[in-house]
Amino acid sequence: MTQPSACAFVPERAESSVYTRGEAIVKRPEEPKPRSDEWTLCLLRVRDTQDQAAFVQLFNHFAPRIKSYLMKGGGSDTLAEEATQEALATVWQKASLFSPVQASASTWIFTIARNKNIDAIRKQKRPEPEELDWIGDKEDDASVALETSQEESGLRLAVSKLPQAQRTLIERAFYGEMSHSEIAAETQIPLGTIKSRIRLALERIRHDLAREK
Amino acid sequence: MTPSNINHHLTDAVLLAYSAGTLPEAFSLVVACHVSLCPQCRSALDGLEAMGGAVLEQTETTALSGGALAATLAKIAKDPTGSPAKSYRKSSFPSPLQDYVGGGPQSVKWRKVGGGVKQAILATDKTASARLLFIPAGTAVPDHSHNGMEMTLVLEGAFSDEVDRFARGDVEFGDEDLTHTPIAEVGTDCICLAATDAPLKFKGIIPRLLQPIIGI
Repeated sequence: MTQPSACAFVPERAESSVYTRGEAIVKRPEEPKPRSDEWTLCLLRVRDTQDQAAFVQLFNHFAPRIKSYLMKGGGSDTLAEEATQEALATVWQKASLFSPVQASASTWIFTIARNKNIDAIRKQKRPEPEELDWIGDKEDDASVALETSQEESGLRLAVSKLPQAQRTLIERAFYGEMSHSEIAAETQIPLGTIKSRIRLALERIRHDLAREK
Repeated sequence: MTPSNINHHLTDAVLLAYSAGTLPEAFSLVVACHVSLCPQCRSALDGLEAMGGAVLEQTETTALSGGALAATLAKIAKDPTGSPAKSYRKSSFPSPLQDYVGGGPQSVKWRKVGGGVKQAILATDKTASARLLFIPAGTAVPDHSHNGMEMTLVLEGAFSDEVDRFARGDVEFGDEDLTHTPIAEVGTDCICLAATDAPLKFKGIIPRLLQPIIGI
């Protein structure tokens, strides 16, 4: 389903600022890069202005995917439908906690859908790590969102270049079709290489944040 | 960010199972506590969750009922902010553990298991069990091996065994191949959070007889 992308306001080619917190902003000519993703911008609008039209766009894009995901997790059509609605309601309710430094919209919404899968479909509990105190500077969020979505699209590119068998393993893991011991026994999942790409990027962003503190 | 002193981290397989949401609750608790203390594993988890986001993006769609959007908006209108975030006290126990204990180390209801060692079993589902262990400084936990998988996270103090030294934030993995005698370091009592999907096997006859009684 393609929605008109009212949220995509980042131009394809423009002079971008290299983001270095606490120091002078360095300008450099833009290389062709992916756009900041429209779903993250929609989510920022929901967070900052309770924009219902932006929420409807998120709903139309994510709800049908979350419903499939929850049915793969073992939910009946009725249960998955109800849990999908609850997950999307949580997107609105928790939007104030969304930080584009940590994740793109699809990653953040994935974690909400996953937690819904655990508590509503599998009836289990999930301990969550301690929240980090992000120093909120909402004016910077659009540029930070661009950086995060560029990192994530690099990650997606890396995943899409994997051999089919490895991609299938990653999907099966996320669809809940592999136990921990099955994952552990499966040496084909090339997590190290994929992780290191995004790990470095995230650590750099965090380092910048810590310096400003 | 202070540089982390943690030397023993979570495995890729455990982090992937946690990010996919398929790890038993007791192990998830150990993962959540380690990630709370370890920026490196937190970054790795963020990367894996981004993969989860990518998988969700390319998941096929299933149509929702006609009234789904209206029903969702009604849920939001009824409860626009959801339940408020809980607040926690600063403690050597990360917040996910405080949820199970009801606070920090002072809130633990310890039970003696002999030799000064104490434990407290935490309420998780039965797919695996989690417990806190208190090992007095300089004391050894009896020689034992493991049936299934065991993950032990150090929260206070440190212990050493045949493998290495483990201090706050470090995780030791045990399985069928590991028989070890952890000894708490002299100076500070050691508190660990351990999760296992099978009971421990002790080597000596007396601990083995006691095992069903003390429950470790």
